[in-house]
Amino acid sequence: MGLRRIALKQGADLDGFRLATRRLVAAGIAPHDVVWCAEDTPVLFPPQAAEEASPIALPRRVAELIEVVVCHRDPERYALLYELVWRVLQGERALLEMQADPLVHRLELMQKAVHREVHRMHAFVRFRRTKSRPNGPDHFVAWFEPDHFIIEAAAPFFVDRFRSQIWSILTPFGSLHWDREELRVGPAARREDAPDGDGFEAGWRSYYESTFNPARANPAVMRAHMPTRYWRNLPESAAIAELLRAAPARATAMIERDAAAPAKRMPEKAVAAMGDQAPASLAELNRLIAASEPMVSSGSTRAVLGEGPVGAAIAFVGEQPGDQEDLEGRPFVGPAGQLLDRAIAEAGLDRARVYVTNAVKHFKFEQRGKRRIHKKPAAGEVAHYRWWLMEELNFVQPRLVVALGGTAMLALGGKAGPVTRMRGRTTFLGRPGFITVHPSYLLRLPDEAAKEEAYRAFVSDLRAIRRIVEDSVTGGAADVRRSA
Amino acid sequence: MDDKLTTKLRILADAAKYDASCASSGAPKRTAGAGGLGSTDGMGICHAYTPDGRCVSLLKILLTNYCLFDCAYCVNRRSSNVRRARFSVEEVVTLTIEFYRRNYIEGLFLSSGIIRSPDYTMEQMMLVARTLRRDREFAGYIHLKTIPEASPWLIEQAGLWADRLSINLELPSEESLKRLAPEKEGASITAAMGQMRERIAEAKVERRRFSPAGQSTQIIVGADDTSDAALLRTSDTLYRRYALSRVYYSAFSPIPEASPVLPLKQPPLQRENRLYQADWLLRHYGFDVEEIAEGGTDGMLDLEIDPKLAWALKNRHRFPADVNEADREMLLRVPGLGKRAVDRIVAARRHARLRLDDVARLTAGLKRARPFLIAADWRPGALTDRADLRARLTPPTRQLSLF
Ligand code: SF4
Repeated sequence: MGLRRIALKQGADLDGFRLATRRLVAAGIAPHDVVWCAEDTPVLFPPQAAEEASPIALPRRVAELIEVVVCHRDPERYALLYELVWRVLQGERALLEMQADPLVHRLELMQKAVHREVHRMHAFVRFRRTKSRPNGPDHFVAWFEPDHFIIEAAAPFFVDRFRSQIWSILTPFGSLHWDREELRVGPAARREDAPDGDGFEAGWRSYYESTFNPARANPAVMRAHMPTRYWRNLPESAAIAELLRAAPARATAMIERDAAAPAKRMPEKAVAAMGDQAPASLAELNRLIAASEPMVSSGSTRAVLGEGPVGAAIAFVGEQPGDQEDLEGRPFVGPAGQLLDRAIAEAGLDRARVYVTNAVKHFKFEQRGKRRIHKKPAAGEVAHYRWWLMEELNFVQPRLVVALGGTAMLALGGKAGPVTRMRGRTTFLGRPGFITVHPSYLLRLPDEAAKEEAYRAFVSDLRAIRRIVEDSVTGGAADVRRSA
Repeated sequence: MDDKLTTKLRILADAAKYDASCASSGAPKRTAGAGGLGSTDGMGICHAYTPDGRCVSLLKILLTNYCLFDCAYCVNRRSSNVRRARFSVEEVVTLTIEFYRRNYIEGLFLSSGIIRSPDYTMEQMMLVARTLRRDREFAGYIHLKTIPEASPWLIEQAGLWADRLSINLELPSEESLKRLAPEKEGASITAAMGQMRERIAEAKVERRRFSPAGQSTQIIVGADDTSDAALLRTSDTLYRRYALSRVYYSAFSPIPEASPVLPLKQPPLQRENRLYQADWLLRHYGFDVEEIAEGGTDGMLDLEIDPKLAWALKNRHRFPADVNEADREMLLRVPGLGKRAVDRIVAARRHARLRLDDVARLTAGLKRARPFLIAADWRPGALTDRADLRARLTPPTRQLSLF
């Protein structure tokens, strides 16, 4: 059989190569009987060809390699790829793992060259802003001269990154155009089609010059990474020659200049004042918390701050604000809060004289239809709020800190555990503490008898808390009792 | 861009350039939303190289170079006479966005001198990151150099917006810190690292975003007399204790307005290079600090040859290794064979016995590897033990400094 001549389109003609390969394989034509060439307008296979030629099963790595290597500008690429396909189909299924094989070695180098060029296009394209029509939106246009047929391979990067801007990349091999919705591949362009300047280039060049350290000039490394053939399209490269010329003198000057006498400016007052940065009052701390971003995922935007007098003998720490607390901006005003109020009163404590706050200051929830369903904060989220809680308690200085439930326990003591088993007196990092359940736990109990029993136990905990605080005060009644 | 802004940019980029930790790697893959700008793919791109051969990836600037601290090695210390400038939050945001839209940069590396108080400064930096992310939907890379003296809540907040946070250790010992950076304290630096480590680890488990590219630090080399072995021991501890993504080594560079307490001499640039190589062996090649130190003398690395070769030359009894038989760990210790080359050798030898030619196609470092290798058609024989092997493998000295 004589030689087969296969003509493909100029550039990276993956579809043409695929179709040709299917037909050649189907006809059992060996690589040395095929001549590959690229033409501007090749005679395409007849339309029915696509249906006749059935797909070939190739190892995934081979298919991937083909996709990349067709972008190489080496005219031999198709012949090499067809030889690879042929040998793989002849039984060398693991051929690509034999990187020591000369064919594989060469194809790998080509693959690397293409990858590198794609990477360099991502790196070295420089957009210039223009308007496609007066008063129209900004249009960012770049001129780039790649070494291989890679513009389509490089395109997804630009789409992902610059999705919200309108841009075009013009090259001698074709052009890319993105209109915020669709990518269009257009014809080859000329340098003159791109704008010749941009208002930020001078600033960029200044940055480039300033970030260079003349004591470390090393132009060889620079050239290895940024070959000179790219320079004419890089606005910053205009600065290189002068930077290198001046570098030795600048470096010597730095070393030779006598160690400078310290400036007279000795801002002693300012230096002394800077140590004083901690919030000076609870109100100041609360301002910081209120202005902060929620650190729970899917949290509301409002921080719910602690409430109660500074110096309160007892501080109750809950988990996090709920739906109602979030709306009103106050802690313990929802159903659980009302239950807490009732129990506090029953235990003979005065709600107005205790401090109440939460371990986590934002409401974490899951939106279900119109309802916001409470979600337990994760341990890491609790930790994010910990510093604030500790500062808060430092201002309040309670004699006893009460953890309501597991989250508060975790926040105060750094350890999680079953509340029911750890219930009672404890210390939280040196602070006298008490662990009891969170009132919302009582609300969740299904049967009334259990609910009542749990509520009794809760009230008796509160009574115990009251006793502890009263006992801790020497010579006088504690200020925690309900005034009659 | 007006002249005033350009002037500030010159001052504040110049002041930031001594920080080496500017890689844009490690961020999770993300792409811009419909109204957003920016993407990251974990690797980061160098958009340009300056004539010092360094990669320009991020817009690396200070928010301000006014500073109340007085760190001797730093041009921005309060007693230096440099020109000062200060950006507003909005100016940094604008520069970042406009540079990014033109494909000059991967994102922002923001650091700052300390004005008013550490908290105030850190809050301003946090605001830059927050404005970029929340208000401008910027999805590019953000690295904030945090101020360890700032209150912990600021770190907690900064991590919500940044891809990477760093806290510079600056000097390897408490004693040097006292002498050269009187306002800094080793304890607050490591406390901040510890806090960050916990938050980062928790967020990863809980699948939340908090400094997803981890934390890094920088150590200045050559401003005090710490040995390489001691530096590497410090790094090793930092990697273990604080799960750092990277430790950067920055050869102390002569600065304009240098302080009189500093050495006037710059350490050889090669020293920094060798430290990076040693650090790499530590993290990826199964070496420990003492083994690496063994390759040098008196705790200093060999400047002429890389640390792996230095170790191998002193451990010749463990070679040659057979490319067709040796286990992966041993091959990783062969000079000239990188991790990728070893992987390729291990894959290729499953199909055929490798000859020296084959190995040559799998690695670029064959010349260095040859005396330490056995292949199907090659035995180094006495070569491994020759007295002049070191001389044969030492690259000709090249002046690495100016031109
Ligand atoms: S704190 Fe120290 S290192 Fe940082 S800018 Fe100020 S003087 Fe320089």
